[in-house]
Amino acid sequence: METTAIEVKDLVVNRGKREVLRRLNCSIPAGSVTGLLGPSGSGKTTLMRAIVGVQIVKSGSVQVLGKPAGSKPLRREIGYLTQAPSVYPDLTVRENARYFASLYGLGGDAADEAITICGLEDHAGQLVGDLSGGQHARANLVCAIVSRPKVLVLDEPTVGQDPVLRDELWAYFRGFAEQGATLLVSSHVMDEANRCDRLLLIRDGNLIADDTPTAVKHRAGTDDLDQAFLNLIREGEAVPS
Amino acid sequence: MRTLVATTGRILRQLRHDKRTVGLLIVVPNLLLTLLYFMFKDVRPPIPGAPSVFNGLALTMLGIFPFLIMFLITSIAMLRERTTGTLERLLTTPLRKTDLLFGYGIAFGLAAALQASLACLVAYLFLGLDTKGSPGFVVLIAIGNAVLGVALGLLASAFAKTEFQAVQFMPVVVLPQILLCGLFVARASMVGWLQAISDYLPLTYSVEALEQVGKFTDPNGTMWRDLAIVLGCVVLALVLAASTLRRRTP
Repeated sequence: METTAIEVKDLVVNRGKREVLRRLNCSIPAGSVTGLLGPSGSGKTTLMRAIVGVQIVKSGSVQVLGKPAGSKPLRREIGYLTQAPSVYPDLTVRENARYFASLYGLGGDAADEAITICGLEDHAGQLVGDLSGGQHARANLVCAIVSRPKVLVLDEPTVGQDPVLRDELWAYFRGFAEQGATLLVSSHVMDEANRCDRLLLIRDGNLIADDTPTAVKHRAGTDDLDQAFLNLIREGEAVPS
Repeated sequence: MRTLVATTGRILRQLRHDKRTVGLLIVVPNLLLTLLYFMFKDVRPPIPGAPSVFNGLALTMLGIFPFLIMFLITSIAMLRERTTGTLERLLTTPLRKTDLLFGYGIAFGLAAALQASLACLVAYLFLGLDTKGSPGFVVLIAIGNAVLGVALGLLASAFAKTEFQAVQFMPVVVLPQILLCGLFVARASMVGWLQAISDYLPLTYSVEALEQVGKFTDPNGTMWRDLAIVLGCVVLALVLAASTLRRRTP
């Protein structure tokens, strides 16, 4: 349980002239659900892109399952959910799921199972472009989990979802982790952060907390995670590093 | 291999859901050929007894249509993959870049085969097109041209950030080739430097190959050489396009 799935060392990423990540260090234990929190523009998506290996990095290293991020054998082990839906709107949900399953050598059962997990079985034959916003986002999630990856990187997976479905999705995330998968989930919703094993809090490209939700609350001197988050963000702003 | 088949199938399924595009692909070349037929119906050939003006033009157009149309739809399709994030997602999966590029080549090549076969059927049966060589070679060259359009479209999409920019590569990449391929002015009558430019444009060779089918009963060396040059350009464009697909981006 205590082995490390993702190890980020001294990671520096520039996008344009801006330094988005500033010598960031963190390690994410295998078989856990880690929440990635921070104000918008703080570098959450950039960190996720570096972990899945699509981000050009300036310096530092990212190791996933002991291999350099983005290396070829990792492509079978990793699932990435982008914030904006990146599925084909002119295909049905099932056709999308089957296509992404086939890229991993998996068949229709894997596709149908992922569709059921995301609660889209009644819409499997519908074109993704005709779905509602929340369903569209779920179709996107279907294609990220279809390969049952060992490492799942999810950028805002529950945004725009109703509370019931959000609860179900988190139950599934927990289930994946119990089967040994490692999940990194960015979120804005604090009651979701409470369901994580660990929290990474980043502000302005710096890691300002890497701890369990309880410890984060304790450090911020409050029982409310929303308030703890605000306290830690403001604490950082008051004392510039 | 399996991912190539899956990708080809996926692109064809996308096309199948877009019924209007399929309709346009099939109907438009035939309508344009018919238009051309009536434009030249009463125009006499320059030399009495020579084949009609329509005959030569229609033969060339059977090569130009698939090139033009496939260039346009491929550059837009690939641009969509880039801008909607599906390309980035695909590059995090075990899919090889060549599977994606060849998937487009094969899928749109198949669509072009259907398009060219129907256009040839209409031209030979109803519009009186007449060639010494077999219509099968016309279809073959038309498919080669379609695949050339796909390959250049995949490459051009790398240089466009928006669909507005992508469609404007049509006049940049396609029109000069149409102007210089010998359709408007015979290549031999062009000034030397224009001839030299047209020597480096692939469409020149496919139009020449079509002329060979028009003039000779059996496929000759020039036709095969021209077809080989077109395929060489396809491979070159695909290799260049593959180099524009970066797994890591800024």
